[in-house]
Amino acid sequence: MILIYLIVILLAGAFLAWITGKRNPVLPRIISLVALSIDLIIIILYVLQSTPSDKDWLIDIKLEWIPQFGISLHLALDGLSLVMLILTFFLGIISVIISWKEIGSKVGFFHFNLLLILAGITGVFLSLDLFLFYFFWELMLVPMYFLIGIWGHENRTAASNKFFLYTQASGLLMFIAIITLYFVHGRSTGLYTFDYLQLLGTEMPSSTAFLIMLGFLAAFLVKLPVVPLHNWLPDAHTEAPTAGSLILAALLLKTGAYGLLRFIVPLFPSASVTFAPIGMLLGVIGILYGAKLAFAQTDLKRLVAYTSVSHMGFVILGVFSFNEIAYQGVVIQMIAHGISTGALFILVGQLYERIHTRDINKMGGLWEKAPVMGAIGLVFSMASLGLPGLGNFIAELLILIGAFKANILMSCLASLGLIAATIYSLRIVQKVFLGNKNTDWKMNDLTLREKAVSALLVISILWLGLFPQPVLNVAKPALLKTLIKQKEITYQNPAGTKNKTPGKKVLTVDL
Amino acid sequence: MTEKDFLCLTPFLIIATAPVVIMIVISLLRNYKVVFGFSVLSLLAAFSSIFFILPSVPHTIEPLFIIDVYSLFFLGIIIISALLVTLLSYDYIKQLEGVREEYYIVLFTSTLGAALLAVANHFVLFFLGIETLSISLYILIAFQRSKSNSIEAGIKYLILASVSSAFLLFGMALIYTAFGTMQFGAIVAALGTGGQLSSLVISGFGMMMVGIGFKLALVPFHMWTPDVYQGAPAPVSAFVATVSKGAVMAILIRFFFNLRGFDNHYLFIAISGIAILSMFVGNILAIRQKNIKRLLGYSSIANMGYLIIILLTGSNRGIQASIFYLISYFFTTIGAFGVITLLSTTEYEAEKIEDFKGLFWKRPWIAIVFTLSLLSLAGIPVTAGFIAKFYVIFEGMKAGLMVLIISMIINSVIGLYYYLRIITTLFSTASDTKLPELSLSGNITLAIVGISILILGVYPGWLIDIIVRYVSL
Repeated sequence: MILIYLIVILLAGAFLAWITGKRNPVLPRIISLVALSIDLIIIILYVLQSTPSDKDWLIDIKLEWIPQFGISLHLALDGLSLVMLILTFFLGIISVIISWKEIGSKVGFFHFNLLLILAGITGVFLSLDLFLFYFFWELMLVPMYFLIGIWGHENRTAASNKFFLYTQASGLLMFIAIITLYFVHGRSTGLYTFDYLQLLGTEMPSSTAFLIMLGFLAAFLVKLPVVPLHNWLPDAHTEAPTAGSLILAALLLKTGAYGLLRFIVPLFPSASVTFAPIGMLLGVIGILYGAKLAFAQTDLKRLVAYTSVSHMGFVILGVFSFNEIAYQGVVIQMIAHGISTGALFILVGQLYERIHTRDINKMGGLWEKAPVMGAIGLVFSMASLGLPGLGNFIAELLILIGAFKANILMSCLASLGLIAATIYSLRIVQKVFLGNKNTDWKMNDLTLREKAVSALLVISILWLGLFPQPVLNVAKPALLKTLIKQKEITYQNPAGTKNKTPGKKVLTVDL
Repeated sequence: MTEKDFLCLTPFLIIATAPVVIMIVISLLRNYKVVFGFSVLSLLAAFSSIFFILPSVPHTIEPLFIIDVYSLFFLGIIIISALLVTLLSYDYIKQLEGVREEYYIVLFTSTLGAALLAVANHFVLFFLGIETLSISLYILIAFQRSKSNSIEAGIKYLILASVSSAFLLFGMALIYTAFGTMQFGAIVAALGTGGQLSSLVISGFGMMMVGIGFKLALVPFHMWTPDVYQGAPAPVSAFVATVSKGAVMAILIRFFFNLRGFDNHYLFIAISGIAILSMFVGNILAIRQKNIKRLLGYSSIANMGYLIIILLTGSNRGIQASIFYLISYFFTTIGAFGVITLLSTTEYEAEKIEDFKGLFWKRPWIAIVFTLSLLSLAGIPVTAGFIAKFYVIFEGMKAGLMVLIISMIINSVIGLYYYLRIITTLFSTASDTKLPELSLSGNITLAIVGISILILGVYPGWLIDIIVRYVSL
């Protein structure tokens, strides 16, 4: 039941925040903080209490929902979802704190939407029923749309519409794929169900599997996003309020990555192998193209948004490498990117609150005015470029090693991304905090509240960079489970895989 | 007629008696509240009588009526929708100048016509029902005689509906010529022995399709829809969109499934074409609309396009899906038109999208119901529309109608675009237009609609269970 409580607490908090918001603008903030803290405490207590076990799922709960269609309320927790949940609640709390001053109007409704998105994300990370998964997948859309559309910047309407249409259209493709999978499985076994565990070993012709997988991929690759489908991201990130950008970059994008790990790889073991070269190529394109565009931006928020595209390229590269090292890298990357990019968005938000511009050509020399802010900015720019000691370094290194085993060429190309990242990250520091003063801004340094948030984030990214092992230990069983099918397939016909690409070793799986 | 015949016709007798009573009451004492209260009570009585006769079905009253669970289900939906429309109408009609009580008489006669369609088993009752419905609708649509829009819509509907009725009648005549019978069962029997259909029969069915297509506003018989939706009083637009279309859908499904029309190659192609055209034309034309009533008109064209997909599934599951879809669509549509009705006054009809600017910040409660309705129309989870669309997609895919389902998906995205536009307006910065006060009955209706949309969206299992267990043809 604990998993249902996690979602119910957020939903209850959401409605409470909305209702109380009319009387007192502080209450919704406190309610949201309390709800998220309770969730975070529950999950951390659970981690501390539980003993390591060999079970596939740490907690598994299944209730009937719409039995006529074989739809159930099936929630389950494993290492991967555990890590993602902690990230969700942690960043949820951060996003409430950073909105304390920024959001002044319609406070109740803002927190209602915020908690609803987080409830949807929590559901996505926990669902083991494909229909339920789609339900939550869509549930996080509408409040996000409102968050951008109501509290966003100048072009918010266009940005929120674009975001909604992109994700909805791709989501519908996934929906069709889910229903097709349901029928394919039902016809071959006689058991019509949306249950993930049942659907896992569905026998189907490889062409069917590939088509169904493409449906799923559409949704995940748009969310991630992968380069030709990334168009919604810069607009949505730029126009959203700071908390919105934070959640978009740190959590919503991760649902795409999570979907790849949880659904694409286990459900379509052989089809995903077929797709792997394309997937890796898309990853590399994302890394380089995202970095190039990030470098070209003058709007600081847009710049950070494009770095997301680049960082997420590493995730897809890692996912389609199919080995444990790469997968460990993917998990760390999800968390590290969540924290570091989130922190950069927060920084942009703080700057915007003070000088009301995001144009980096108008900034410059801000270190003198706000040394603490400058230092924080430096830390996270360094994290973004992959400085050893910070989380992103571990992640990108692991992914590159893993990818090297799978495809040397792609891995080498991807490592160029690190140089590109250095260029755009240093450009942030140079243009904003160092260099010439272009305008003489009157601004104060970080307040205590902002310092506290930044300190928390700095500690997390350092911890992740120095002691990533606890996270890896928690996620490891889940990652191995994901790769089991892959292993079987490549062991069954190792020759077959090689024949397809003679002379080049495209894919190896070792555990 | 036996006692049982009478028993089974109780709902119809109630609906038919009520307008007569209202007429007598009006001639003695003109009191708006009394007439309104009586109408609500009669509809409630008619609805509860359905449960009363449930044990005695299925029952056939030769040669015209067939009263089975399927028809009772549609009857229930029709009466509930009529009830919700009645509740909505209270304030809107009250503000009108001149005679107002007569509105409820006509509302009853049109409901009667719609109800008859649900039980028709014979061309005669089919035609009687459709004409009773249409003629009452002419009056309802043109009820605001002081407005030129309303009159224009009424006349447009009058002329086009008469032409379509002529088509329908001629089609029936041709089929009668071919088979010498007008009863559905007998026609099916005659068809079964035939093998190759004669051109007489095919043209007969074709003409009937024109008539039915007009009532359902399917492309290419849809031209009247936006004008009528715009010109008619808002509650009447809701009535046209729900009761009138639902009833015609009821008889279309019965006729088509009895006939096994989905087995006929030509009919299959024709219906697929009409469905795809309706979706695309409805949605694409809706994009540029600035008037919400027109927009909802176009959206209803698209929705009927989605709905007739299930005609081609050829299974009882398909029929069940269609019933769920209709129920959800009814609540959704009444919700949307309900909001328009409640925000309109005699002087000013709130029908432009700008009129709803910032509604959420001024009247959060109404705006939430409106948002829910729009999200439901767009098929977003947590709303009834999502489950309904899922149900139709599900049955469609099961029957292997991939082309239709893919066009439905594409259209869902197009549809989303214009629903979002309205939702964005609802939540944008408020303008300072004055909004009318809300009445109790209006609030009740919106509450019922909003809660139903949510319940059906989050926990639809029980309704699906009831439908699956009892409804079949």
